[in-house]
Amino acid sequence: MTQTGPTTPEPLPDAPPSGAARFARFLIGRIAQAIPVLALVAVGVFVLLELAEGDAVDAYLAGIGAGDAAFSAELRERYGLGDSLGARFLTYATRLAQFDLGYSVAFSRDVGAVILERLPNTLLMMVSAILLSASMGVILGGLAALRRGGPVDAGITLGALILNATPGFWLGLLGIILFAVKLRWLPIGGLSTLDAEYGPISATLDVARHLVLPVFTLALTYLALYVRLMRGAMIDTGEALWVRAARARGVPERSVVLRHIGRPALLPVVTMIGLQSGTLLGGSVVIETVFSIPGLGSLAFEAVTQRDLPLLAGILLAGTLLVVTVNIVVDLLYGLLDPRVRLGAWETA
Amino acid sequence: MRAAAPPGYGPGGILGGLALLAIALIALFAEAIAPGDPLNMVARPLTPPFTDPRFLFGTDQLGRDVLAGLVHGARVSLTVGAAAAAAAIGVGVLIGTLAGFSIRLVDDALMRVTEAFQTVPTFLLALALVSVLGASAVNVVIAIGISSWPPTARLVRAEVLRLRGAEYVDAARLAGRAPLAIAFLEVLPGALQPVVALVGITVGEAILVESALAFLGLSDPNLVSWGGMVANGRALLRTAPYLVVVPGIAIAIAVLAVSLAGDGLAKRLGIVGRR
Repeated sequence: MTQTGPTTPEPLPDAPPSGAARFARFLIGRIAQAIPVLALVAVGVFVLLELAEGDAVDAYLAGIGAGDAAFSAELRERYGLGDSLGARFLTYATRLAQFDLGYSVAFSRDVGAVILERLPNTLLMMVSAILLSASMGVILGGLAALRRGGPVDAGITLGALILNATPGFWLGLLGIILFAVKLRWLPIGGLSTLDAEYGPISATLDVARHLVLPVFTLALTYLALYVRLMRGAMIDTGEALWVRAARARGVPERSVVLRHIGRPALLPVVTMIGLQSGTLLGGSVVIETVFSIPGLGSLAFEAVTQRDLPLLAGILLAGTLLVVTVNIVVDLLYGLLDPRVRLGAWETA
Repeated sequence: MRAAAPPGYGPGGILGGLALLAIALIALFAEAIAPGDPLNMVARPLTPPFTDPRFLFGTDQLGRDVLAGLVHGARVSLTVGAAAAAAAIGVGVLIGTLAGFSIRLVDDALMRVTEAFQTVPTFLLALALVSVLGASAVNVVIAIGISSWPPTARLVRAEVLRLRGAEYVDAARLAGRAPLAIAFLEVLPGALQPVVALVGITVGEAILVESALAFLGLSDPNLVSWGGMVANGRALLRTAPYLVVVPGIAIAIAVLAVSLAGDGLAKRLGIVGRR
């Protein structure tokens, strides 16, 4: 913001807190804000588990394929499943507070361990897809805004509209048909070549090759939103007074577009990254299943097919925690991009 | 406030509306267009598309007519999509209205709940609900409805809060109208109008979620659905890719038609839709 005219500096009441202290206070405030939401989701997941027909003992007995009434009664007694609703909720809440997500019947291991094992793959795919989607959206949306009303704008807008209507799993399968089956450029699925012996560099390249199709599929599915957002924001900021002022000062057009129109238009895109992370994580269920990637999404699908409710509940909670974390990170990034937020919200939050 | 010439639906809106009408008619007369159970074997398995005029889009590995599947699948996609969106919008309007009119405490509580529902990954929630409730068309509708109401609730609440302070509402209050009459006759109709802009998006999303659930095998096994057809074709990706390609195009066209028609309707009513 350029100031016009002389300003009288206001006396500072106290020494301003240092950057690190402000940052810490902002972070703590933001985490405190997330706690009630997480608590509500935890309650919701409990309700969901209560809604399910049959309990963990039924699932366990079906899993081992045997058991009589006395055995199941004994198990229920041991795991507190015969307790009242309130007592069961208390057990659930205490375990959750200790980050104990329960026992996965399908994997015969702790739910938390299974989730942690799968999390990195999903994170890798999600972060790549978010970055790809947002940057493609920024470039295409920006281009459409600059060529507003022309054929380029029409083409990009139409493309975004069609992509928005396309189911992700289908796009992924089309990618497999074209690039893996017909052209044989890329692997059909999985995260790495199983029987290959690679050094560290070629192993990384191998994983990258496996990630091309799923990441592009996921990114393209959510591209439309970023295109529309960036286009609208660019058009809005293009009409701002500071843009007119910059042009009047004789700032080169390139710089006007990039710094005075483009940079402020990035803000809603960054906000959307946070809001979209949940949708993207949901989309990864289908994409990971299509490409047989061992991540959180395909784990959710396995939990559903094997009727492993504790695992499903754990994934819901972990997914929510992931979304909350992404949103906090995005809020911090926002401060880096927007000086007004850095000075304002970081101080008051 | 009526302009002399109301804004039109726009070319996209008209095209989308016509396409939607066509799909709806196909769904309505599915029995006449493709008689019999689409899950029955009617021809030699894996007849390629455009080779037999009786089976325009070919047959799958069990000799089921792909076109018949598409025609009957339109029924599932449209009805489940519309019903789920209606449920989502219904819940959203209810919660949004309650929050907007309630005292601060209730409003805060409702908005926290909305936030919680918005934080859980939508598709994961729908998936979990269907798996807990059981895979039937009604449960898919319930699951999508429960997982996708927050945007509507937020919009309605914001509109109620905005209109509560509007001048014409003040005027009604000064004229001595009862608070309930003001709420339901003055504020709510105005607050509901922008919801129209969300209808197209919500129905389109619902169709996509339904197809994804069906793709994962979480739909009524006795009904043909487009997502289920794609899943079925997946096993023959190398030999018969048309089994995947064709139903996917149907999904994309239906979602595109619905969102274009929704945009057109919003444009016609003079509501600036989401950017």
